[in-house]
Amino acid sequence: MLSNISSVLRAGAQRNGAAVVMSVRSYADFTTQATFEIKKCDVHKLDEAPATQVVMTRDEGLQYYRTMQTMRRMELKADQLYKQKIIRGFCHLYDGQEACAVGIEGGITLSDHLITAYRAHGYTYTRGGTVKEIMAELTGRRGGIAKGKGGSMHMYCKNFYGGNGIVGAQVPLGAGVALACKYFGNNEVCVSLYGDGAANQGQIFETYNMAALWKLPAIFVCENNRYGMGTSVERASASTDYYKRGDYIPGLRVDGMDVLCVREATRFAADHCRSGKGPILMELQTYRYHGHSMSDPGVSYRTREEIQEVRGKSDPISLLKDRMLSNNMASVEELKEIDVEVRKEIEDAAQFATTDPEPPLEELCNHIFYNDPPLEVRGTNPWTKLKSVS
Amino acid sequence: MASSLRCFLRTGKNAVSALQRREFHRTLPVAVQVTVRDALNQAMDEELERDERVFLLGEEVAQYDGAYKVSRGLWKKYGDKRIIDTPITEMGFAGIAVGAAMAGLRPICEFMTFNFSMQAIDQVINSAAKTYYMSAGQQSVPIVFRGPNGASAGVAAQHSQCFAAWYGHCPGLKVVSPWSAEDAKGLLKSAIRDDNPVVFLENELMYGVPFEMSEESQSKDFTIPIGKAKVERQGNHITLVTHSRYVSHCLDAAAVLAKEGIECEVINLRTIRPLDVESIETSVMKTNHLVTVEGGWPQYGVGAEICARIMEGPAFNYLDAPVTRVTGVDIPMPYAKILEDNSVPQIKDVIFSVKKTLNV
Repeated sequence: MLSNISSVLRAGAQRNGAAVVMSVRSYADFTTQATFEIKKCDVHKLDEAPATQVVMTRDEGLQYYRTMQTMRRMELKADQLYKQKIIRGFCHLYDGQEACAVGIEGGITLSDHLITAYRAHGYTYTRGGTVKEIMAELTGRRGGIAKGKGGSMHMYCKNFYGGNGIVGAQVPLGAGVALACKYFGNNEVCVSLYGDGAANQGQIFETYNMAALWKLPAIFVCENNRYGMGTSVERASASTDYYKRGDYIPGLRVDGMDVLCVREATRFAADHCRSGKGPILMELQTYRYHGHSMSDPGVSYRTREEIQEVRGKSDPISLLKDRMLSNNMASVEELKEIDVEVRKEIEDAAQFATTDPEPPLEELCNHIFYNDPPLEVRGTNPWTKLKSVS
Repeated sequence: MASSLRCFLRTGKNAVSALQRREFHRTLPVAVQVTVRDALNQAMDEELERDERVFLLGEEVAQYDGAYKVSRGLWKKYGDKRIIDTPITEMGFAGIAVGAAMAGLRPICEFMTFNFSMQAIDQVINSAAKTYYMSAGQQSVPIVFRGPNGASAGVAAQHSQCFAAWYGHCPGLKVVSPWSAEDAKGLLKSAIRDDNPVVFLENELMYGVPFEMSEESQSKDFTIPIGKAKVERQGNHITLVTHSRYVSHCLDAAAVLAKEGIECEVINLRTIRPLDVESIETSVMKTNHLVTVEGGWPQYGVGAEICARIMEGPAFNYLDAPVTRVTGVDIPMPYAKILEDNSVPQIKDVIFSVKKTLNV
């Protein structure tokens, strides 16, 4: 039985000329790594570009698959919980854009830094948050990553500076983190993300100027998902070549639906920064399946056909899956097993997120100041004096 | 002689007066005259030396020695890494400063005047002030935003606004407003050492004013706690509560009133947020009368807040008259000298208001 499967798989592997069959390790005869041809990046003010032949190992592939699938299912579960009114307020979903977060993380390390805007659940996960604490934050419970005090747009963990609600404000913040990296001389970089809508913000151009002037190790990443809320890029920007908008800052335009493209470009960008050359800009061409937020159905400014087309031809998870299967790097069953595990993890997390109690009222006024003695906070009326501890 | 030398090393050009005093006793405390500008400079110098994570950024702070010369000599001493000249992009560099604070540095972000902080106010409030709370204590922001605030002389409407009430409104911020050289030095050192965002409101007209600084205040570890007001003058008949430049006005008014037998207690707030209501209440419970004096506009201002707080606390029952607010005139600041002079509280306005409140 096993030898039949392995011969079928080996035959499949030989059909793809780009695959390199290495010596077998696993019982089911999988390829441990393969070389892939990826789309060449458009470059701006750069003599070199990221490699177009890249190696991905089986382990990497499985990790990327699992991570993207987890992010996908987590966002879909959030959609469900929002419609059940268990999540309230703002909820900006990331499904469709998984390759960006996973690819970026693949090109840096956890000791590097990252900051993004409000479409942040995926990044909270790749930066080290657990699904449980992310979902509990969305439902506003005490087990949330910010104890229920931040919500969808204000999640933080080590070397991840949120989660920021004001469009564009995170970009100068990210350059500030990069300044700290340079100041400390720790060879770390800071990735600052923003969208195609935010790309026109004045403060971003102010930041480009200072980052270039001071050669800050900042990787600016524009996640171009074609729409700033309901406004298409053509209607918002005089120039839609976002990778060129940094002007004197070199730029790359990257296929944001291909996790390997994103990873390679990120590695290239990180090397550029770490070698002291200053900032660099990456435009990731990507797509979100959901509307801007849960209050936007997402079909008034784009057609359902467009959404289906992207889903059918460019879905990042499908792309990775096809690559792995056709290169004998995993089996259908194995990936299905991962799906089942992911589904369970999400269900458990959702269960926790719906049953964990809300934060206690005693927490209301805490965390105003750090490292300060307790202070009194005025309540809604003069007789209500509340206590705040650091 | 030895103590004179010590003064020389500490206070630079102001040492001349110290030497001229010819102190021969080493044990006697030696006070020196220091301008507010030099006190601020000393504070930053000492804190830059003490903690290598502290750095200063802003327009003209480095090679120009500071638009108002407050950072004179610092770039020469500490170099490009610690004293950074920025382009004229407040929103950008304030955001960069906040990000640097989030990543472990301790920036001092200078606004050439606080009028320009309006360009960056989103970074001050939404990125700095609120983050510790939103992150439930995971992300602190140890930053100081400093610069001149309020009216100057002849700079007209866009360059004369007082922001004490605006910043004083927001939880997550500490807002400090020094008056004297000692205030400036002690409070700035505290602000820099504070692990939270501090808005430090200086006053351009006070920069050149010399004050006597005690021996104690000349120590490198001298700090003044944020959140505590100071009684600058004791009195029994009426309480004057004020901050920044108007402390001088109140003390001058008090001197004039004393000749008429009216003894004013003058309280220098030192901190706008958190407001030291207790000190005000203690005084009002003694004097039974309260006048607030500020440069800012009346509506929703510092004086308005003090009135409300007094009414909500025990001191209300001790008032023999409603609280009086002396404020800037509720108009954009005009240019012509006669108009400008009549747009801000003068000493005669304080005297007039005291007498009205006392019904004399």
